[in-house]
Order: sequence, then structure tokens, then C-alpha cells
Amino acid sequence: MRGADYVVRRTGAALLTVFVAITLNFVLFRAVPGSAITALRCFHCTKQFKAALEQELGLNQSMWQQYTIYLGSLAEGDLGTSFTDHRSVWQNLKEPIMNTLPMLVIATVISVVIGVAAGVLSAWRRGTRTDRLNTWTALSFYAMPTQWIGLMVVFYIALRFGFPVAGIRDPTLGILEEPSTWTVIADRLRHLALPALTLGIGLYGEYALIVRSSMLETLGEDYVLTARAKGLKNFNIVWRHGLRNAMLPLVTLIALSFGYILAGAIVIEEVFSYPGIGLAVINAIDQRDYPVLQGAFLLLTFAVIFFNFVADLLYFKLDPRVTA
Amino acid sequence: MTIEALPPAGPGGGLPATDPAPVAGTTSRGVLRQLVLGDRQAAFGSLVLAIFIALALAAPIISPYSPRGKVGPVYAPPSSEHLLGLDDGGIDMLTLLIWGARVSLLVGFAASLMAMLIGGTVGILSGYLGGRTDTVLMRITDYFLVIPDVPLMIVAAAIWGQSLLNIVIIIAVIYWTSTARLIRAQVKSVREQVYVKRARALGAGNIRLIAKHVLPQVTPLLVANTVLTVATAIFAETYIAFLGLGDPSQISWGKLIQNSLSGGAIFSDAWWAIVPPGVCVTLVILACTMVGQSMEDALNPRLKVGHLSVHRFRLRRPPLKAGAE
Repeated sequence: MRGADYVVRRTGAALLTVFVAITLNFVLFRAVPGSAITALRCFHCTKQFKAALEQELGLNQSMWQQYTIYLGSLAEGDLGTSFTDHRSVWQNLKEPIMNTLPMLVIATVISVVIGVAAGVLSAWRRGTRTDRLNTWTALSFYAMPTQWIGLMVVFYIALRFGFPVAGIRDPTLGILEEPSTWTVIADRLRHLALPALTLGIGLYGEYALIVRSSMLETLGEDYVLTARAKGLKNFNIVWRHGLRNAMLPLVTLIALSFGYILAGAIVIEEVFSYPGIGLAVINAIDQRDYPVLQGAFLLLTFAVIFFNFVADLLYFKLDPRVTA
Repeated sequence: MTIEALPPAGPGGGLPATDPAPVAGTTSRGVLRQLVLGDRQAAFGSLVLAIFIALALAAPIISPYSPRGKVGPVYAPPSSEHLLGLDDGGIDMLTLLIWGARVSLLVGFAASLMAMLIGGTVGILSGYLGGRTDTVLMRITDYFLVIPDVPLMIVAAAIWGQSLLNIVIIIAVIYWTSTARLIRAQVKSVREQVYVKRARALGAGNIRLIAKHVLPQVTPLLVANTVLTVATAIFAETYIAFLGLGDPSQISWGKLIQNSLSGGAIFSDAWWAIVPPGVCVTLVILACTMVGQSMEDALNPRLKVGHLSVHRFRLRRPPLKAGAE
């Protein structure tokens, strides 16, 4: 079978990367000046309490012992316990992750739709004013700091059109009466719309540029010329013959830029006070809650490694020219 | 990229892209000349960059007010005395922007210089020595490519403290990878050039070969890449500052954006505190991208049709030669 070898090798590489990420995560958090405990922001903690905490977390053991303990608990799916509320890190992060996911999905859909439309238009009208305007717009959005786009969206759209600018649900919902499922969903979407739109706008520029250059390549291919000679309609040439092949770089790019999408999500959640993984990370920093920070960082790294792996596989699957 | 667009391979049999054929502007000076005279986009980019650099350098002389002193009511709107109004501390916005340029550009240039040093060294060693060194170095590069950059910056800034130097180091340590890959590819092909082989046959040592023959060939590309990295670094700085992990005593554009959120500029209807810092960042990033891209294009005409130079901040290139390793 074509590529079984390739898949095995890629999987091996991904697993190795995961292992390195775990080790790096361990080293990074043990490299805190002093120890994680002294850095803990806790004004009424006594010396005894801190010593006890150190004992509990095993920070007084040798590095190697700590490392094996860390690996062991990770293998059991234990990410540690939060300093601040003593719940497990996973419990702390589960809900934020579930809140962030729909935002990422909607944002990606928005950015792909705008990006493909703009890119195809630009490529089709290449060299014209439309193309230049389009490319410049895309480049500019691509150069804007995501959090700033968020602030602009809040300032010029949310406040003027009455969108909620903080949180994930209307706090008054469900006080007077049990809300219907539809009200809950509508409320959720209203809170989701602008963060997702912001992230989508921040991402679309790059997608548009990639689609444009990839479309230009495809439109120069012989089979497009053949299609045109056959007298096919422009629409068919562009969408059926052109875009289908031009989508390849985009599909892998989306998977590859997952780390970037996450980065945007983190700052956007801060702007909109959206209780997702980004806000969880920021709160963990504020409270110097290292276990939560460490757990979140590890999960984010895993996600990025996973999507890189997916990108590799997709690229292989979609482009028969890639050899195993 | 279409095959027909390529010039015929040189007699040395090397790749056309790396053939030291006299393409206009393969030397540093040629590139500069071409930039200023030939390319409108690059000329515009250089102009914008030059203006901002001049503003940053001359900040103590030209800034109308002190960047720390309260000169009027909180969020006073723009007036003839304060062209861009006042911020949440009653400080002149225009002054803050000029002083912010200093830190933002300093972080941008320092971090990308450092990234260039790391990436250039790794790329040259990897491409020149090849073999096991190459494998190990490229593996390391691959790991750095996979680590989610912004979360790592957050964690590192949170752990190691919030000084300007730390931020520069963190950004450099994260963004050297694409430079390393690019330079490695370039060095690999330069190494196989006939004149390099000839010099080796004449008894030139590795150090001499790298210094005299390889380095001059990759330097322009390295410079172009550095300019592009400046954009990335400034972008990254705004993220760090926005998350409250920047140096609290320094004014940067990222910090100004953060101030406008934390100071409640949105609810005070103070557009002058929100819009300008973002516009400055966008302009500088656009300018760097334009200059860097034009340099890359001038140096390597083959890239023109490819999409290598379109990407920067986000694109990790797909594994074109997957399995060829």
C-alpha cells in the first residue's frame, strides 16, 4: 500500500516530538529562579505551609526523581493539581477548552470563506486594480496585531450595534424563567460572533495571499488552457479546474497554522473576556499557578504537534506527487 | 511555479536559482540600488521604515511633552496642543507613540539580529557540514517549529521575568528556525558550486571556505530574512506586552495597545488612544514585509512566482520533500 511506510515514519516522528515537548515542559518549569513555591503569589502563606507544599509536590527530591514522577503521572493522565483551587488541572482546563473550540471552528470557517473568495478574485483579475486593492487589503489585515483588531471590533462594531463585549453568556439569562434551548444557543452565538469574526479577519489575509498565488500557478497549467479551449464557462474553469487544485496548499496551511490560530485566540479572549483557554492561561500567569500553566502549555503543544502531523498526512494524501 | 519560467541550468549543472549568474542585484550593493531605484514597493517600505527609525532616534528631541508627565485631563480629545489627545494617565499620546517606537523597534531589530545569528550559524553549519551534524541540527529546528510560539513566549516571560532583554532573547530563540532552514538550503547548493570545489582542491580549509566563499553568497539572503523577522518580532512584542508580560517600565506600542484596553479607552469613546498604536505597528510590519520581500525577490528570482515570500509570521512550509530525509 502506498505510504504505509510514510505514515509509520511520520507517526514515529510525531511521538518523538511529543516526548521532547514533555521533557522541555518539565525543564522549563523547573528552571524557575528559586522554586515554583517561592514565586507563588500568596501573601498569607507561612513558611511551614510552603515547605509542606514543596513536600507534597515533590520539589525537594532530585531532578531525576522529579522527572520520572512527572512522566509517571502524565502516563496516568494526571496533569497535576492547581495551586489556587486544588482541583485537578484537567478539571480547570476542560471547560475553557470546550469554550474555545467552537470559536476556533467558526473563525476558521470565516477566514477560509473570505480568504478563498478574495484570493480567487485576485488571481482571476490578476494585475488589475481589483487585484491590487484586494492584495493590499489582505496584506494589511495580515500585518495588524490581532488584539488590536479585537479592540477595533469592540469599539466600532460591538458597542455601536449592541453586541455583548464580555463573557460567554448573558448573566441574566435563566433568572426569571428556564430559558428555552434556542434562547441559550442564540445567546451563545451572539457572544461567540465577534471574537470569532475578529480571529477570522486576522487570519484571512494570509489565506487570501496563499490562495491567490496558488491559483495563479494552477491557472497557468495546461489543463486549464484545455478547459478554456473546450469552451467551458469561466465559473467552471475557476472553481472546478482551478480551485480544486489550488486548495492543496491552503488545506495544509490551515493545519500548519494551528499554533498561530491559537495565539490569536489567546489575545482575543483577553479582549472579549471570553472564558476560553487563553483567559485560563492569562489567569494562571496572574496567580503564578504553575501547574495550570504547565498543563495548558503541554496541551497546547500536543494540539499543535497533532495538527502538524495531520498536515503531513493530508499533504501526502492530497498530493500524489509527494513520495514516501 | 512553472518550469518554463526557469532559466536554463548553468554549465556547472547547479540549480538555476543558485547559479552565480549576474542577476541584477546579487551583491548587497546591487540589491540596495535596485531597491531604491527600481521597486516602488520597496522604496515605499524603506521610506516608512526610515521615518519611524528617525522618529525613534530623535524621540528626546522632537517629542512635544514628557512621556511620563501628566499634562492635562484624562482622555482629553485631540486639540491643537495635543494632536492625538491624551491617554488614561493624562499623558500626551503623540509623545507616547514616538517613545513607543523606540522600544518596539529596538526589540524588533535586536531580536531579529539575534535570531539571524542563531539561524545563520545553524543554517551554515548544517548545510556546509552535512551528514550527522545536519540531521541533528535539523531535528532540533523541527522541534522548535512545532512548539506553539505564543504560549511558549508567555510561559518563558512569566517564568524568567519581564525585562526587555529577556523578551528579546525569548523572541529570538523562537524565531530563528525559518532563517536556519533557508540558509541551510542556500549553503547546500553554494557548497556544490564549481568555484567552491576548486578552492577546496587548492587546499582551502573549512573556515576559509565558509568565510570567503559561502558567507558572502548567503549574506544578502540573510539580511533579507532579518528584515522580515523584524516584522515578526515586533508583532510578537505586541502580544507579550498585551498579555501584561512586557517590561512594565518601558513604553512600547504593544504596551499602548494594552493600556487602551486596561484603561477603558473603549468606554470613554477615546478613539485616539486605541487607533494610533495599532496603525503604527501595522505600518512598520507592512514596511518590513515589503522591503524584505523585495530583497528576497531581487536575490532569488525564482521565489517570485512561488509563495515562499508571501508567508512570514504564520506559514510553516509544508514538507515539500517529505520522506526525502
